[in-house]
Amino acid sequence: MTTQRTSGRAKRTAAAAAVVAALLTTAACGGGDDGGSKNGAAGFDAANNKVAQASEAKKGGTLRFGSVQDADSWDTTRGYYGFMWNFSRYYSRQLVTNKTEAGAAGAEITPDLATGVAKVTDDGKTYTYTLRDGVTWEDGKPITSKDVKYGIERVWAQDVLSGGPTYLKEVLDPKGEYKGPYKDKAKDHLGLKSIKTPDDKTIVFHLPQANSDFEEMLALTSGSPVRQDKDTKSKYGLHPFSSGPYKFASYSPGKDLKLVRNANWKASSDPVRKAYPDAITIKFFSNANDLDQRLINGDLDIDLAQTGMSPQGRTVALKKHKGNLDNPVSGYVRYAVFPQSVKPFDNEHCRKAVIYGADHVSLQTARGGPVAGGDIGTNMLPPSVPGAEGQKYDPYGIAGANKSGNVAKAKEELKACGKPKGFSTTIAVRNNKPVEVATAQSMQAALKKIGVNVQIDQYDGAQTPGIIGSPSNVKKKGYGIIIMGWGPDFPSVQGYGLPLWNSKYILESGNNNYALIKDKKIDGLFTDYVKTLDDAGKTKIATEINHKVMEGAYYLPFTFEKFLNWRSDRVANIYTSNGYSGMYDFVNLGLKSSK
Amino acid sequence: MTELSKTGAAVGEPTDPTTAGKAFLDVRDLKVHFPTDDGLVKSVDGLTFTLEKGKTLGIVGESGSGKSVTSLGIMGLHTAGQYGKQKARISGEIWLNGTELLSADPDQVRRMRGREMAMIFQDPLSALHPYYTIGQQIVEAYRIHHKVDKKTARKRAIEMLDRVGIPQPDKRVDSYPHEFSGGMRQRAMIAMSLVNNPELLIADEPTTALDVTVQAQILDLIRDLQKEFGSAVIVITHDLGVVAELADDILVMYGGRCVERGPAEKVFYEPRHPYTWGLLGSMPRLDREQQDRLIPVKGSPPSLINIPSGCAFNPRCPYADLPKDNVTRTVRPELTQVGSTHWAACHMSTEQRERIWTEEIAPKL
Amino acid sequence: MLAYLIRRLFAAAVMLVVIVMVVFGIFFLVPKWAGVDVATSFVGKQADPAAVEAIREKLGLSDPIFQQVWEFFKGIFVGRTYAAGGDVTHCAAPCFGYSFRSEQAIWPVLTDRFPVTLSLALGAAVLWLVFGVAAGVLSALKRGTLWDRTAMVVALGGVSLPIYFTGLLSLAIFSYGLGLIDAQYVPLEDSFSGWFGGMILPWITLAFLYAAMYARITRATMLEILGEDYIRTARAKGLKEQTVIGKHAMRSTMTPILTMLGMDLGALIGGAILTETTFSLPGLGQAVLNAIKNQDLPVILGVTLITSVAVLIANLLVDILYAVIDPRVRLS
Repeated sequence: MTTQRTSGRAKRTAAAAAVVAALLTTAACGGGDDGGSKNGAAGFDAANNKVAQASEAKKGGTLRFGSVQDADSWDTTRGYYGFMWNFSRYYSRQLVTNKTEAGAAGAEITPDLATGVAKVTDDGKTYTYTLRDGVTWEDGKPITSKDVKYGIERVWAQDVLSGGPTYLKEVLDPKGEYKGPYKDKAKDHLGLKSIKTPDDKTIVFHLPQANSDFEEMLALTSGSPVRQDKDTKSKYGLHPFSSGPYKFASYSPGKDLKLVRNANWKASSDPVRKAYPDAITIKFFSNANDLDQRLINGDLDIDLAQTGMSPQGRTVALKKHKGNLDNPVSGYVRYAVFPQSVKPFDNEHCRKAVIYGADHVSLQTARGGPVAGGDIGTNMLPPSVPGAEGQKYDPYGIAGANKSGNVAKAKEELKACGKPKGFSTTIAVRNNKPVEVATAQSMQAALKKIGVNVQIDQYDGAQTPGIIGSPSNVKKKGYGIIIMGWGPDFPSVQGYGLPLWNSKYILESGNNNYALIKDKKIDGLFTDYVKTLDDAGKTKIATEINHKVMEGAYYLPFTFEKFLNWRSDRVANIYTSNGYSGMYDFVNLGLKSSK
Repeated sequence: MTELSKTGAAVGEPTDPTTAGKAFLDVRDLKVHFPTDDGLVKSVDGLTFTLEKGKTLGIVGESGSGKSVTSLGIMGLHTAGQYGKQKARISGEIWLNGTELLSADPDQVRRMRGREMAMIFQDPLSALHPYYTIGQQIVEAYRIHHKVDKKTARKRAIEMLDRVGIPQPDKRVDSYPHEFSGGMRQRAMIAMSLVNNPELLIADEPTTALDVTVQAQILDLIRDLQKEFGSAVIVITHDLGVVAELADDILVMYGGRCVERGPAEKVFYEPRHPYTWGLLGSMPRLDREQQDRLIPVKGSPPSLINIPSGCAFNPRCPYADLPKDNVTRTVRPELTQVGSTHWAACHMSTEQRERIWTEEIAPKL
Repeated sequence: MLAYLIRRLFAAAVMLVVIVMVVFGIFFLVPKWAGVDVATSFVGKQADPAAVEAIREKLGLSDPIFQQVWEFFKGIFVGRTYAAGGDVTHCAAPCFGYSFRSEQAIWPVLTDRFPVTLSLALGAAVLWLVFGVAAGVLSALKRGTLWDRTAMVVALGGVSLPIYFTGLLSLAIFSYGLGLIDAQYVPLEDSFSGWFGGMILPWITLAFLYAAMYARITRATMLEILGEDYIRTARAKGLKEQTVIGKHAMRSTMTPILTMLGMDLGALIGGAILTETTFSLPGLGQAVLNAIKNQDLPVILGVTLITSVAVLIANLLVDILYAVIDPRVRLS
C-alpha cells in the first residue's frame, strides 16, 4: 500500500519534472559544442581517466563549486564524505597523499609533507617519515612532526570529534588504550605511545600488528596535522587552520564557503599542489535542478558532490553540451544483500534463486541505464580497487545470455532450497532514494515469476544505521533483502570490504555487514591481506576475497556505478582519479583565464 | 392645493401629458421588470400616482407586491451599482420637482439622492455600516451635498441627533450602530436621512424591525418632522395600522399594480376592493375584543413571473365568481372611480361592493 | 482592550510552552518508542560507541524529558553550556539550542536566515495583496463576464499548481531561458537591485499561488458585501459609486482578507520550504529542510519554535487588527 501511494506521487512528480525538463531543453540555447576546441569544452569523456587541457591552465581566477550538500564536516578528523576528502587537499596536507594523476595512478601514494614514502621496517610494523623543509601553517610557523602526531591523535577523541574514519585508531591502538588528546594527562597531550616524534622533522609509527594498507590510511584526510593552539575541538570544522595553499576566508554552513590563497604556503615545499586559481568558492543549493542549470549556464564550474547530474540536467546536458560531460566509474557497487538471519535466506540456494531470478537489465535501467547508472554489476569488488576483474568475473552469469533473468536456474535453486513453490519476503529500501525504490520494484516484478512474493518496505533513509544497521531489527522486521550501495574509503579490498564482509564488523547498531557473513576463510584472507606487503600479493588476496563473497551468494550486485559529471568550459587541467572514486581531482584544477 | 388635486385629489389619474411633472412627485405608468433565468419578473407593472409636498402617501401591500421596488425605483437604486447581472428594465416616467428621473443623467440623479430625496430603511442595524460611527455616517451624508468642513458637519450631525430625540447627542455621535438600541438606531437613521432637508422622504417599513412601543414613537417622530420640514413622505408598509396614523392618502398594491387608492379615511371606512378588505381584516385592532375578527387573505401572493390572467387577485378572491362570464379570469380590471378621489380596480359593480362591505365585512371588523 | 490583550498574550505564552513540549516529545520520545536511538543518527558511518555516548551526554538525552525542556527554556534566557569529553561549547543567550552537525548555535542561524524569509514573505504578500485583491474586486464587479471567468480560471490554476512546478517553469523561462533575471539571493544591505532582482521570481511564484486564493476570497466576500443593506444605504446617500465600493464595501471586504493575511504571513515566516528550495534561497525553510535531511534536531526545534512564535504573533496582530477594523469585536 505504501508502495502504491508513493509510486503515484512519484509519477506525478516525474510528469511535472518531464514537462520542466522539456522546457529546459528548448530554453537552453547555445550550440552543441561537442568538439575539443581550446577555449570550449574538452569533449565527451575527455577528462575520464586522462588529463584534459592541461596546458590551458593559467594562474588566477575564481574556481566556483556548487553543491546541494554541505560537507559532513570540514574538520580533517571528522569529514567522511568523498568530496570533503577531495576538497580538503586545498587547505590540508598529509605526510603522504594520492598522486595528482588521472585514473588508476591517482590512487597511488606520493609524498606530501614527507620527503618520501615511508621507510618500512620491522616486518611492516614500523613506518618512518621525515618532514620537508619549508612546510608551514597559514601563520607562517613551520609544521612539525608533533603537529602531525597531534592531528592523528584527534582521531582517538571520537566522543568529541565523531564522524570521521577511524582506521588509524584501529591499526595503531587496536586495544583502545589511548583516550585521545583531550583526556591526555601528558603535558604536551602527545601521549599516544605508538607514534614517536624524536625531533620536529621525524615521525615514527609503531604498529602493534602490520597492516599493508597503513600508508593508504595515513593518506586519508584524517592523517592531517593539526596545531594544538589552533584546535577548537568540535568547532574546528568551521575554520580549519590551513597547511595547504588555500585558507578559509569565510564559511557559513549550508550557504557558502570561500577559500583564498594562503600567502605562507610555498610552492617549493609542495610537490603535489599546483594552486592555479586565486580563490575557490562553494555555493550550496537546495534544488538539484537549479544547480545543474547553473552549471549548464556557466555560472558555476564543478559540482562539489560529484555524484552525477539530476535526471533533468542530464537530459539537457547530453543533448546540448555533451562535450562538457565525463562518464567515470564511481567506485560504488549498487546491490541487494540477503541477511542470513531472515529465513529462508539462511539457505544459500534460496539466495541464489533470487540472484538468478532477478532481471539484471531492468535493474540497470532502474539505476539510470548504462550511461547514468553504470554497467551491470557481476561481482562485489568495484573496478577501481586493485584485484577487481570487472565484468570478467561473473559467477552467476548476471551480464551473460540470461541477463534478463534465468527462471529455469532460479527454479532449480528453489527446489534445492526446499521451497519449490517459492516463498514470501520483504525488501527494505530507503524512502529518500527514488532510484533504489525503483530497483526494489524491479526485483518485485521479476521475482514474482519464480513464485517469490516480495513486499516493499520503505524506511526513513536518515535512520539507516538504526533500522537496517541493527541486526535484531532486521530479523524482527523480516527484511530478507536490503537494497544498498558501498564505495571504498581508500582503493583497496580492506578499504572497501572489511566492514561489509568481516565477521568482526557485525555490530548491534550501525552494522554494515548486513549479510551477517561469518566465514572463517574470509576473515583469514583479511588477516593475510594486512600482513602482505607486496602489491602483487595484495591484489591476489583481494581477488580471492571477492570470489569467496560471491560464492557465498550473499549479494546480488546491480551495477558498477557510473556518473555523468559536468565540467565548465573555463576549467583546465581536469581529470578523474581513482583515488577519489572517479571524481575530478579538485586540488589541481585550473582556469583557462584569470578573469 | 393644485388644480389637479381638486379634481383627482393627491392621487388622481394623471394621464394627461400636458400636466406631466406639475405635481411635486408624479409617477406615470412605472414599470420595473427584472429579467431572470426563470423569466421576466414584473415587480411593478404600470403604477401611477402623484404626491404633493407636505402630504404623506401610504403604499400598502404584502411582501412581493412591488411597494419596495417602487421606492427603490424612485431613488434610482435599481440601476446604480448593479454589477454583472442583467439590469432591471424600467419604463414610465418619474417626475420629481419638475425633473424626469428615468431619462436624466445618472450622475444628476445621484446628486439628488440624499439631498432632494432620502430614504429610511426597514432594518437600521443592517442598513447602517457596522464599521463606522453614527457620526461618521451622518457627516458623510451631509458632506456629499454640502461643501463644509468636518467640524461644521459634525455640529450638524449632533444637531440632527438631538432633533430626532437621541439623548446626549454630542457623546452618542461617536457611538457605533451596534451600541444603539433598535429605536435609537432608527432615530439615527432618520437623522441621517433628514440631514440634508430632503423634500421627499421615503420610509420603507420604518417600524417593522422595532418593538411595538418604539413603533409609535418613531411614527410620531416622522409625523412631527414632516410638519417641521414640510417634505413629501411616502410610507411603505404591509401594516395598515402604520398608515392609519400617518397617511393622507393610501395606495394599495397587489401583484405589482395598484388595486385601490384614495384618501385615508375613504380607504379605511369605504374600501372598494376585496384585497383591501382582506388587509383590513388582518389588521389587529385594540378596540375590538371579538376573537373571530381576523379575516386573513387566503392563499399566497401571486408569482410575478406568471401573474394570473384577468384580475391578479382572482385566485384568492372569495367573490371572483360574482361577475358574469368569468370576466375576473380573463379581463384585467382597470382602476375606476368609486368616489370623487377614490379609485379601485374590480370587476364587481360598485353597488355589489358597497353591499358586501356594509353587510358582510364591516360588521366583522 | 488591555485586559483582552493581556489574556491573549498569556494564552500565547501557554501555547508556546505546549508547542515546545510537543515538539520535544515528537523529536525525542517518538524515536525512543520506535526503537531508534537519536544519538546514533548523529554519528557518522562508523558508529563509535564513545561518540554515541558523548552525543547523548551533550544533548542530555538520558535526562528526563522535562529536565530537557527546562534546560532548553533556561538556555533561552541565560545561555547554555554543553560539555562532554573535554570539549566545552558555550551557547550564549538567547540560546535556542546548538547544532552538533554544523557546530553552530541556532539563534545566529535563525537571525541570519530570517531576513531572507521575511523578504520573501513580505514582498510576495505585497504582490498578492495588490493583484489578488484587485482581481477579486474586478471579478466581483464584472461578475459573469469574460474577464470574471478568465480571472477565476487563472486563479483556479494558481491555487492548484504546485510551487515546484510554477517555480521551475518561471526559472526555466525567465532565468535560464531568456536570461532576463539572475535568480540568486543577494542580501538587501549588499545591493538593492541585486536583492530585488534575486527576489522577483520567488515573489511572483509565491504571490501567484496566494494571489489566486486571495482573488477568490475577495470576489466571494465582495459579492456578499455588495448585497448588504448598508451598501444600499451608502448609495441612497448619493455617494459616488467609487466611494461606495472603495470605502464602504472595501472596508468590510478587507476583514476576512486581513485575517487570512495574518495567518499566511505567520506560516510563511516559518519558512516557505518549497519556494526557498526551488529558488535556493538561504532562508528558514531551506534551513529546516537541510536540518530534516541531516536529522539536525536542534535546528528543527529552533525553527519550529520561531515558526510558532511567528504564527502566534500573527494571530495576536490579527486579533488586534480585527478589533481595530471591526468595532463590534472590541466590545466582547
